[in-house]
Amino acid sequence: MTKQGLNKVDLIFEQVDAKEVLKKANEMTGEEIIKQILESGLKGRGGAGFPTGLKWKYTAAEKDPEKYIVCNADEGEPGTFKDREILDRVSYKVYAGMAIAGMAIGARQGIVYLRGEYKFLLPKLLKELDAFHKLLKELGLDFTISYRLGSGAYICGEESALFESIQGERGEPRNKPPYPTSSGVFFKPTSINNVETLVTAVMIIHHGAEVYNQLGTKDSRGSKVFSVSGDTPTPGIFELELGMTVQQFVNEFGDGDTKAVQVGGASGFCVPRKKFTETIIGFEGVPTGGSMKLFNSSRSMYNVLHNYLDFFAEESCGQCTPCRVGCQQLLKGIEKVKKGEVKSTYLNELVKLADTMKMASKCGLGQSVGNAFKSIVENFREEIIY
Amino acid sequence: MYNTGNLVKELTQKHGRKRESLIPILQGIVEKHNYLTDEAMVEVAKELEISAAEVYGTASFYTFLDTQPRGKYVIRVCKTITCSMKGKNDIVHTIEDMLKIRVGETTSDRMFTLLETNCIGWCHKAPAMLINEIPYTELTPEKVVEILKSYLKK
Repeated sequence: MTKQGLNKVDLIFEQVDAKEVLKKANEMTGEEIIKQILESGLKGRGGAGFPTGLKWKYTAAEKDPEKYIVCNADEGEPGTFKDREILDRVSYKVYAGMAIAGMAIGARQGIVYLRGEYKFLLPKLLKELDAFHKLLKELGLDFTISYRLGSGAYICGEESALFESIQGERGEPRNKPPYPTSSGVFFKPTSINNVETLVTAVMIIHHGAEVYNQLGTKDSRGSKVFSVSGDTPTPGIFELELGMTVQQFVNEFGDGDTKAVQVGGASGFCVPRKKFTETIIGFEGVPTGGSMKLFNSSRSMYNVLHNYLDFFAEESCGQCTPCRVGCQQLLKGIEKVKKGEVKSTYLNELVKLADTMKMASKCGLGQSVGNAFKSIVENFREEIIY
Repeated sequence: MYNTGNLVKELTQKHGRKRESLIPILQGIVEKHNYLTDEAMVEVAKELEISAAEVYGTASFYTFLDTQPRGKYVIRVCKTITCSMKGKNDIVHTIEDMLKIRVGETTSDRMFTLLETNCIGWCHKAPAMLINEIPYTELTPEKVVEILKSYLKK
């Protein structure tokens, strides 16, 4: 593991000998693997941040002999593109992560759900998968991975919607509980992990939890791959140690005129300039699945918010009313405020609607529309009105 | 309209006849014919022994499983925030001018359909678009003209 400069890390893309890591994991018991992951403090890298070790522990405890590892490669959050890069550059580490997770929970089958937008990568990924299957055979490990493609639905990144999609249904989220650990894909115990999470797990087994633990903070251990875009001279993918403030991030990636950073994509939070120094990027501040969008003073935050709401209105699965109607009404609402058809205090009503959506929506999509909505309206109210 | 011929049978042989086979089968039809006709969906329903409404209900949920006629090349220009900020409209206007169609339309020779789509994961190289499954990034109006010319020659 090399640490370059202040906080740049090379862990996810670092080349490792997959055979050695798999051998090492195979010599451990499932409990020992889970213990390592728990001790590392790794939290899910897709955005929600559930402790990976716990997820594995709960799935391992299930009695059903048929269990699954699902790799969530339905990377659809606006501003996130790191999983594509990880799969493109080190797919063998993703596969190794799935196999190790399989050892930990007692699963022999893995499914990668790849978003349809990344279909162009599939021939290469399948070729690399063939080589990986050969390696497993050589090591005498009984684990098989298959691919399923998405077809352009953002909601399928939600774990239970993803299971429905694999099962050939509309990608509509399920009620929880039961949680995937007891009833996931094909209603069997399932550990569903993000691409980056699985690769991180491989590196934790490789280097040891105590080494990984040295990176990051108490609430946000380790490093994270960030997808940087927007008004920045250096857009791209960067692996950074967790725990930095938005100000430190802007110092590195800003164009000198950054007025806001959207952390966590359309479902994340907008951090205005005045809060850069006090806001930590991580679970103790603003969490992110990696999406970091910078906006400079030439951008209208009304346009940004309008774009996000238009996105959600299209991508809401329509199953539950708070989200289906709420997304459309928030969009229509800010248009009315902008045109002056209603008083600016109408924004307060819309904020209440966003709160209702958070409480009453069935899944994370409807529950998080209010994050961007409220953080933009509260910090850039005048831009929404005038 | 198109004739599916043996395609549905081939796809069911490849993917099976379970409910979970449905989406891969529909994806296989779209890969060949670019959209799903009512007839194709009915045929799939018969093969899988489920109702045609189930097939349509599933297909219509997914943006990439089009149930309306599409051209041989489906152009999807990303309209999400970064691409939007970095000149998406110029890209769309260039394509509209060149192909003489508007967003949502298909050329009369059924070669191209122009659509806008949500984030396709190329924000660091915006603006971006997909033509069928191939991504094109860091677009400029000039670059788009060259790309379309290469498709017109095909």
